[in-house]
Amino acid sequence: MDVPRHWREQVRRYRLVGSKCNDCEKLSFPYRKVCPKCKSRNNENYQFIGRGKIISFTNINSPPKEHKYNLPFAVALIELMEGPIITAQITDARAEELEIGMEVEMVTRKIMEYNDEGIICYGYKFRPIVEYAHP
Amino acid sequence: MDDNVAVIGVGLGKVGEHWDKSLRDLALESIWMAFEDSGIDKVDALYVGNMSSGPFIEQEHLGALIADFAGLGPIPAVKVEAACGSGGAAFIEGYIGVKSGMYDYVLVTGVEKMTDVLPSKTTSILANASDRDYEAFHGVSFVALNALVMRRYMHEFNVKREELSIFPVISHKNAPFSKHAMYRKEITLEAVINSPIIADPLTLMDCAPICDGSASVILCSEKKAREFTDTPILVSGVGLATDTLGVHDRKYMTTLSAAVDASKKAFKMAGVTPKDIDIAEIHDAFSIMSALSLEDMGFAKKGQGTKMALEGQHYIGGELPINLYGGLKARGHPVGATGVYQIGELVSSLRGDGRVDAEKGLAENIGGSGATISVCVLERGD
Repeated sequence: MDVPRHWREQVRRYRLVGSKCNDCEKLSFPYRKVCPKCKSRNNENYQFIGRGKIISFTNINSPPKEHKYNLPFAVALIELMEGPIITAQITDARAEELEIGMEVEMVTRKIMEYNDEGIICYGYKFRPIVEYAHP
Repeated sequence: MDDNVAVIGVGLGKVGEHWDKSLRDLALESIWMAFEDSGIDKVDALYVGNMSSGPFIEQEHLGALIADFAGLGPIPAVKVEAACGSGGAAFIEGYIGVKSGMYDYVLVTGVEKMTDVLPSKTTSILANASDRDYEAFHGVSFVALNALVMRRYMHEFNVKREELSIFPVISHKNAPFSKHAMYRKEITLEAVINSPIIADPLTLMDCAPICDGSASVILCSEKKAREFTDTPILVSGVGLATDTLGVHDRKYMTTLSAAVDASKKAFKMAGVTPKDIDIAEIHDAFSIMSALSLEDMGFAKKGQGTKMALEGQHYIGGELPINLYGGLKARGHPVGATGVYQIGELVSSLRGDGRVDAEKGLAENIGGSGATISVCVLERGD
């Protein structure tokens, strides 16, 4: 991962910013300059809340080389509450706990390090929603 | 030009881990076989199907490289890339070259050299076919993307993992006959079901192997082909379509809409329906892709892609024999070459190899997780 390539994605990776079509209100993640629904070019940034549910998942045993120090990890397709589906890692959960329909929320975590260029990349992951008891 | 396009030469190089051969060695091998098979010795253009020679062997510019080393002269030669669908896409470019009247004879060569790098690097390179910034960045391998689709499919249609395990068994059943196949042996259903989990629910034996290989075919007009043979194999329909690059953007996670679109185009051009197809080469890179492909090209209802397989209808002698030379699973999946292998195998079956008497056949080649799909219908021209 090269520095500029990661740097220019930071608002999307750290804040979950995608896009909203100003003509038909379709929401997209990742951001789109052409609305996939009505083909409008009139789109603006849109920040997602970062909550959704798992619609599919898998546990990876043989990862691409940039991720070989992260094993084991799970990835999932997550349907955000606003609609778009996003691909992300699941964290703070054991593999056997995952199930389709599980509610998850976004957290910012380390995605990879020890890649060729040596930079540490952070980004969004999702974890099961934990209800904390308030004092 | 109203004339049909025909395939007059086929060269299928041995698929495997060729430590002693370079990309150009592999390509030349299949090119010479195709020339010998066709009876001609020069062509007007070359299209190379290849996915990732840059990351795999730090070599781009394959059109010029192969034209140069094969001694083809100063002909136009370019590489066509559509991930694992590169071979099928290159074949369609070659078809257009002849069909348009631009070229008399076109050579299409698929080639991939994957085994010079370590497996974890291969996994990373293959992930380039997905959305690098929004899929692969998160550690999603190609196997994992297919696992995500497979789990969803099992969930939506109440299909068991063990039902999908039939597809590798079918492909391997035909492999002993296939001289160029990587694994020339049959396997059992139990072996697939019990093989190690790679990315749940996918097992090792649900996945086609990493390997090297090259296949070539030579195309010309039907009129010219009849100078060489009384039974040319005609390309009666081709279709290529794209879908969203990322799996997460699919309207229906378990539908290959590019297979729907590409097959409709190919069937319409050929004037056939799925019922008219006698044999098919299906892109079984992962078991789940076989089921989706059969459904989305119209051979099975949605959610029932395993039905005919479990009834034994995809073996030779069944209603629709598939993957007669081992498919991606047993022949091997040298990614950018695969689509050309499929065409060459289909031509071999249609010419008559003593196993099936088929008039019309289909080859389906998938790029990425379904973002590019080509479908070609070929038929015996006697």
